[in-house]
Amino acid sequence: MITARGLSKSYWVARHRRGALGAMRSLVDRSGREVRAVRDISFDVAAGEIVGYVGPNGAGKSTTIKMLTGILVPTAGEATVAGYVPWNQRKSLASKIGVVFGQRTQLWWDLPLIESLELLRFVYRVPVDRFQANLTEMRSLLDLDPFLETPVRQLSLGQRMRGDLAAAVLHEPPLLYLDEPTIGLDVVAKARVREFLARINRERGVTILLTTHDLADVEHLCRRMIIIDRGRLLYDGSVEALRQRHGSHRTLVVDLEAGATIDGFVRDGVELVRADGPRRWLRFDREAVSAASLISSVVARAPVVDVAIEEPAIEDIIRGIYEGGLRAEPAVSE
Amino acid sequence: MRLYFEVARRSFQRHLTYRVATLAGLFTNAVFGIFFSSVYRAFYQDGERGVVADFTLPEILTFVWIGQSLLMLVYLWNWWEVADSIRTGDVVSDLMKPMDFQLYWLSRDLGRASCHWLTRFVPTFAMGALLFDLAWPGTISTWLAFFISVNLAILVSFGWRFLLNLSAFWLLDVRGINTIAVLVLNFFSGLLVPIAFFPGWLRTVAEWLPFRAIVMVPVEVFLGQRTPQSALLIQAFWVVALRLLGQVVLNAAVRKLVVQGG
Repeated sequence: MITARGLSKSYWVARHRRGALGAMRSLVDRSGREVRAVRDISFDVAAGEIVGYVGPNGAGKSTTIKMLTGILVPTAGEATVAGYVPWNQRKSLASKIGVVFGQRTQLWWDLPLIESLELLRFVYRVPVDRFQANLTEMRSLLDLDPFLETPVRQLSLGQRMRGDLAAAVLHEPPLLYLDEPTIGLDVVAKARVREFLARINRERGVTILLTTHDLADVEHLCRRMIIIDRGRLLYDGSVEALRQRHGSHRTLVVDLEAGATIDGFVRDGVELVRADGPRRWLRFDREAVSAASLISSVVARAPVVDVAIEEPAIEDIIRGIYEGGLRAEPAVSE
Repeated sequence: MRLYFEVARRSFQRHLTYRVATLAGLFTNAVFGIFFSSVYRAFYQDGERGVVADFTLPEILTFVWIGQSLLMLVYLWNWWEVADSIRTGDVVSDLMKPMDFQLYWLSRDLGRASCHWLTRFVPTFAMGALLFDLAWPGTISTWLAFFISVNLAILVSFGWRFLLNLSAFWLLDVRGINTIAVLVLNFFSGLLVPIAFFPGWLRTVAEWLPFRAIVMVPVEVFLGQRTPQSALLIQAFWVVALRLLGQVVLNAAVRKLVVQGG
């Protein structure tokens, strides 16, 4: 469905000079610096896959997606998407792909949601019976009926995202790009988006490429993930293997009662990585120690006010890949 | 074509929902209409002054009220919807759709204008007609020519606004452009003072600019000061010229976007 070979994108950022004189100099002297947003990235996505495209902010995720939709021309490299070269055949490709940008919307702000959805029938020239069948299905899958007649500006973020998801798939694209689809959503809304994506993948065979910096999205949806950082491909493989290699640590954060202490607490596979006031960070290997047994052994030692468990953040895993292992590095980042 | 009709219909529906804004706008039109009418009445010494630069008092009052009625219909000021979509990045999903981008926005503007014919033009003009003695066309064909001329004025105005909006592909902030645009439009469209009142050289400048096709030309058609044929020629020329120019600039903008990422 997607083939990318050596995809690269560099931007030329002009040097900014101060003041009016500087601005005039900039008109003549085009010196500046090159920003390499994406560097030599290659991968394939087969029909029916869900692939997580993961990396911290500014890693080049959106730039890649934009090249694969055809809205951005790469500096170097090749790609075909659903049989088209995206940046040469953008309009032909348009009916084969659905796109959702989590922080944007394609819905008409002042009109009831249904108006935006029905307009798409004319945009993509979908036969009316096919369109109605799809719409009926989306209404039940995404539970749109309670707010179908509500102006989009009055929808909650989660409702709006459900509307945008419906809008992206009503023309039955075989490929769906999602750029941060769960950003800003609460837990319930996130779960709903994930469930929807899993279903259209399973039932309609829609191929999905999903960018996110929320590892939970990837864990719920994807078998395979691609990690990029600073424009470079760091990892392409199964989620499970990556977790085994780099993400097996979690951190227990405990707040002790005033005056209490767990100094000298020792247990195999557990390491005290940080202490700040009454708060302690204990990193533990999830294979060797269960969270429950660790909590009970801490509680047995000192009175505890509160506990929390932190999963490794993507940034930590990426740092782990750089360092070739996590052991030397504290797992909690502020 | 069905797509563009559906877009226009939604835009019409959207603008119908702004009820408070409509009422506030009508109130403002009334205040300015009455203000300018009073100024011109004093200037003409209640009609005793006869004809000034081809305008009698009823004609100049008609000019004032057509101007107030047209303001929102041709959306003379502050239309930055395309620029906003460029700034927020929503423009990307429109550019990715299999449709003509300029035609899409034109359809939105025509839907809006259909709404403003009803909610802004008709009530404002009716207010003027009730409060003041206006100069009315003698024939149905003049009314018809005026109706066509106003619709062409909307197209000219759209062509100009679309171009201005595209500047957002290059500029971070369109506020500076907006200030200049408002000034130029107020003056050279003939909204503030009829172009016939300008000194000779300035009138020549105004005649070479597209802006008189937005306000002054329809007024002249209504008052019988310009033949429908001459109005059609001027306005059609600017509709076509701005549409083509808009396409050239849009292509350059898209080229920049796909290369530099906007």
